[in-house]
Amino acid sequence: MEELLQQIFIGIVRGGVYALIALGYTMVYGVLRLINFAHGDVYMMGAFFAYYTALKLGVKAATLPGQLTVMAAAMVGCAVLGVVIERLAYKPVRKAPRLTALITAIGVSLLLENGGQIVFGPNTQPFPEIVPVRQVARLGSITVTNQQVLILVSCLGLMLLLQFFVHRTKMGKAMRAVSYDRDAASLMGINTDSVISVTFAIGSALAGAAGVLLAIYDPTIDPLMGLLPGLKAFAAAVLGGIGSIPGAMFGGLFLGMAETLVAGSKLFSSYRDAIAFAVLVIVLLVKPTGIFGTGAVEKV
Amino acid sequence: MPRNTRKSSAWRWLWPLAVLALLWVANPVISDRDRFSPYLLQIVMLSGINIVLSVSLNVVNGFAGQFSLGHAGFMAVGAYTSAYFTMSVMHTPLRLMSAGEQAAWMVGALILSGLAAGFCGWLVGMPSLRLRGDYLAIVTLGFGEIIRILIRNIDQIGGPRGLSGISPLTSFFWVGAVAALTIALSRNLLDSTHGKALLAVREDEVAAESLGVDTTGYKVTAFVLSSALAGMAGCLFAHYLVYIHPDSFWFVRSIEIIVMVIVGGLGSTTGAVLGAVIITLLPEVLRNADVLLADAHIPLPFLLKDYRMVIYSLLLILLMLVRPKGIMGGAELSWKSLRRLFRRQSEGARA
Repeated sequence: MEELLQQIFIGIVRGGVYALIALGYTMVYGVLRLINFAHGDVYMMGAFFAYYTALKLGVKAATLPGQLTVMAAAMVGCAVLGVVIERLAYKPVRKAPRLTALITAIGVSLLLENGGQIVFGPNTQPFPEIVPVRQVARLGSITVTNQQVLILVSCLGLMLLLQFFVHRTKMGKAMRAVSYDRDAASLMGINTDSVISVTFAIGSALAGAAGVLLAIYDPTIDPLMGLLPGLKAFAAAVLGGIGSIPGAMFGGLFLGMAETLVAGSKLFSSYRDAIAFAVLVIVLLVKPTGIFGTGAVEKV
Repeated sequence: MPRNTRKSSAWRWLWPLAVLALLWVANPVISDRDRFSPYLLQIVMLSGINIVLSVSLNVVNGFAGQFSLGHAGFMAVGAYTSAYFTMSVMHTPLRLMSAGEQAAWMVGALILSGLAAGFCGWLVGMPSLRLRGDYLAIVTLGFGEIIRILIRNIDQIGGPRGLSGISPLTSFFWVGAVAALTIALSRNLLDSTHGKALLAVREDEVAAESLGVDTTGYKVTAFVLSSALAGMAGCLFAHYLVYIHPDSFWFVRSIEIIVMVIVGGLGSTTGAVLGAVIITLLPEVLRNADVLLADAHIPLPFLLKDYRMVIYSLLLILLMLVRPKGIMGGAELSWKSLRRLFRRQSEGARA
């Protein structure tokens, strides 16, 4: 029982990070109806931006201003990267069949992975210890470390900020309008191009933050580290109902917990990477548009 | 009424037979290490296997318009079933067998792999083809990954160590034969009622259903056919490389097959063939480009070889920006289209 609670807690921490990545998938899908296959690699780039910033800062990286600089570097770097990718690779094919954009997304993903292997080197590198781990609390039988608190607080903070942005600002309103009907939104005088760019910037910044947080938690990084978390986060976004922001948060947390529970069990631990998909398949077969997804009304 | 519906039905299945005869004649020459470079042969074999994969995936993704991303999973099922079959049942070493015996084993392995992968396709397709668009994509991708991880956990077939010691049954002839069969099936399918029904489903599922087309039935059969062919490709793959590993079949390979289909032009069999050949050749061409450039006295500050995967991905993006509908853009290469092309050119010359 005690171990179970501990596993659930670790699952929530991991799930929070998946949720951050899933948000980027779901937001981009919401406005463009595009599965942004390169999103997992943007997450990887976030970890590397943080890595080089931390190396540059040296010992100062472990202080509070240093930590904030590392985080900011990763988020800003990824936001710029996301907008550049959108402008160069997705915008020119926006009018083409939908699968074309998917292939350019795959191309961008391959480019980041293979370019990363050349620029950063193909080997796994240790991530600098910018937040030294220490136990801060015991809640009953659960051990809580400062890193876990940091991840939970950051995820929660970023999600609240996103909710505020989407529901309380003009840009957020425009984003919701574009996601509801792009052509109509553009007829109402909304600059859809800038809305799409902002969406990419925010989604990528969240992925960058996720990259830093997970690199602090599992302190190794490599150019292919984005593949599996990217795929799982995509599964999380679909599980929650792709296009839905609360859905992505829920899906991420749910998959994170399911995964750590399976990994922690003695019998099924080798099925860890399959569980995300098994859950996804079962949920979609019962509810074909995901848990929070609304089925599109079909006009005949 | 399009003319090809009146095309004589004999020719439809005669040309693949003619190709088979050609392959049979060419096989000894091409398989001879002294007369044909083994490196080239390897590229030819892998292109052939990729043609089977991309043409079969095109049946589901291009004809029926159902976005499936789990092709590598079915390939894995075919590869593992047939490899386990030949390893456990076939006890005579290959060199002690007559050509006829080898052929019998190969046909057996191919049929078995097709049946196993087709059955898995049915299991996966039945529930998931109710889903649309991206939901179907992620569920098929998920099933592919589940298959891979299941294989990793079955110790009898090597688990995470992979399965080695498979007999090298696959020859140039068999790769060519299965590829020809796949292309013939795919081309002839389009002219049949079944193919027309698939196109109707792709264009408008609701309209097709209201006209009495059993959309689910047609989608599932197309999916099963496609999976069975992918399984056969897996069988060829396993008996060619003689070593298979669960990770050779992970989702990156499914994505690679999708790239072949779309680069060639979604919905076009010719395109799928072209796409498979190009995607197989491109990294190899880039690998050898330095030698060619050095021969041509074009100095480069770096070796292209080191950057081949980067160039590959850039080319992929560029191609999609320049030709968003793929190389063939949905068109087919056939005698009729060639004739039309020549007629247009001669008219252009006269004008």
